[in-house]
Amino acid sequence: MKTESQENITGANMARRSFLRYAGIGAASVGLLATAACHKDHKVITSNGVDIGATGDLAILNYAYALEQLEAAFYTQVILTPYSGISSSEKEMLTSIRDHEILHREFFKAALGVNAIPGLTPDFSSIDFTNRAATLGAAKAFEDTGVKAYDGAGYLIGGGVYLTLAGKIVSVEARHAALISNLLVPGSFAASDQVDGTNGLNKSASIAEVLAIANKYLKTKVSASNYNYVAA
Amino acid sequence: MNLFNIIDEIEKIDPDFTDKLNPRRAAIKNITSFGSKVALAAVPFALGTMIKRSVAQTAVPSVVDILNYALTLEYLEAGFYNAGVAAPNLIPASDLNYIKDIQDDENNHVTFLTNVIKSVGGTPATVPAVDYTAGNGSGNGPFKGLFTAGNYNSLFLKVALAFEDTGVRAYKGQAENILANKAAAGADLYKTVLTAALSIHAVEARHASAIRQIIGVTPWITSTASKGNDTGVALVDGNYAGEENVTQGGVNVTTLKSYSASTTSVAVATAAFDEPLSMGQVYDLLLGSFIVKATP
Repeated sequence: MKTESQENITGANMARRSFLRYAGIGAASVGLLATAACHKDHKVITSNGVDIGATGDLAILNYAYALEQLEAAFYTQVILTPYSGISSSEKEMLTSIRDHEILHREFFKAALGVNAIPGLTPDFSSIDFTNRAATLGAAKAFEDTGVKAYDGAGYLIGGGVYLTLAGKIVSVEARHAALISNLLVPGSFAASDQVDGTNGLNKSASIAEVLAIANKYLKTKVSASNYNYVAA
Repeated sequence: MNLFNIIDEIEKIDPDFTDKLNPRRAAIKNITSFGSKVALAAVPFALGTMIKRSVAQTAVPSVVDILNYALTLEYLEAGFYNAGVAAPNLIPASDLNYIKDIQDDENNHVTFLTNVIKSVGGTPATVPAVDYTAGNGSGNGPFKGLFTAGNYNSLFLKVALAFEDTGVRAYKGQAENILANKAAAGADLYKTVLTAALSIHAVEARHASAIRQIIGVTPWITSTASKGNDTGVALVDGNYAGEENVTQGGVNVTTLKSYSASTTSVAVATAAFDEPLSMGQVYDLLLGSFIVKATP
């Protein structure tokens, strides 16, 4: 898949500036973030991929950006090569999910601007896109992992606006997850593999746990060395 | 502590409130005592004092306030599903396991939140007086008959969906308030409370998706440019107000590219992001309809 890291249109930079201003970060802070972006510890290009960089909101936003890139690429492939026996309703739903994930990806890309990690190259060679159960099983893994990732990383976010934005996205991922689960096994929208049967809480996962799963589907490996995870 | 006494307090104008210059600091100062085990016994008094002192709208609610607000919403939902499951011949056999799963989760949320509130030295809110017809205690509101056999599709599911989608919005609206309590709560309690709130939030979204699938509307909220509510139930327009927002972090996301175009449709832009509601907005929606408003 072609990366889009070189595409840095004026619109995205404008969007980023207004995003940061909205987030309550003053002009001085923007300069600081720009400096941090140039620092060697930030969004490092590693031997096998990228690192989300120094601890902080930019790293968490890049973490989210990485996951959204992966999801968008996955559903793009699902719709390009629909599995055997896909119903029109399933195709419509999966197309909507594709469009949501693409928008999430484009949103993070615009918000991060020059601080964004490059476009990632996926590796879906382990997924049989012609098979319904295999494809929906992978979709379930992506959605459930996405929900657990946002829930598990929320406390690492320092800015209130970013935290609410993560909240705005994670509930949509949970809506996707419930749909995909029901397509696989009717009634499994909040089953005990994802929702604790005692306290009714969705499971959450650390950055290290999530990236270990995500990297199975990525040629460009994503590391988070400052959050205790380096991709093998 | 009865949460609705708090609401009544907030609804009043406090003429003695002289410390409004920094209500947030006052709130945090009071919640600091929650972190100290020796001060636990004094917590309910500290909380009461804090509420009286910082009724300004800008005040950040304490962790216990937020948890009690969540508990009240969970009481509302759990009671709703308990009544629905108990109602004879209401829920079709094909959907019974769906609804029972949701019922279990909501009751588990009640237990969980009650325990967390106690563990931080707070007093759990009491069960509110409810009226699932939205009649403010009259039993004669617009959803009258929602537990009667034959009204599952026409009434019960519509109330269920409004509760779930509103619950998602309500939890989302408290994330920043929990963050504002971070320093006072300490890193461990903050992580626990925020992660739990986000985790319940995700489960409510799973429920909303499932109810939407039963009803036959999109599992996500697909708004138009002028109307947030996509359920076709005009009575709950207010519960969806603001879902039509397409500006995220200062970026109009309809200007971002989509799969096959340089822009994104309003339908996708609104469905891809759920919107929060503040505590005040949620109470405005519930008090005097689903939750009986105490007469002064």
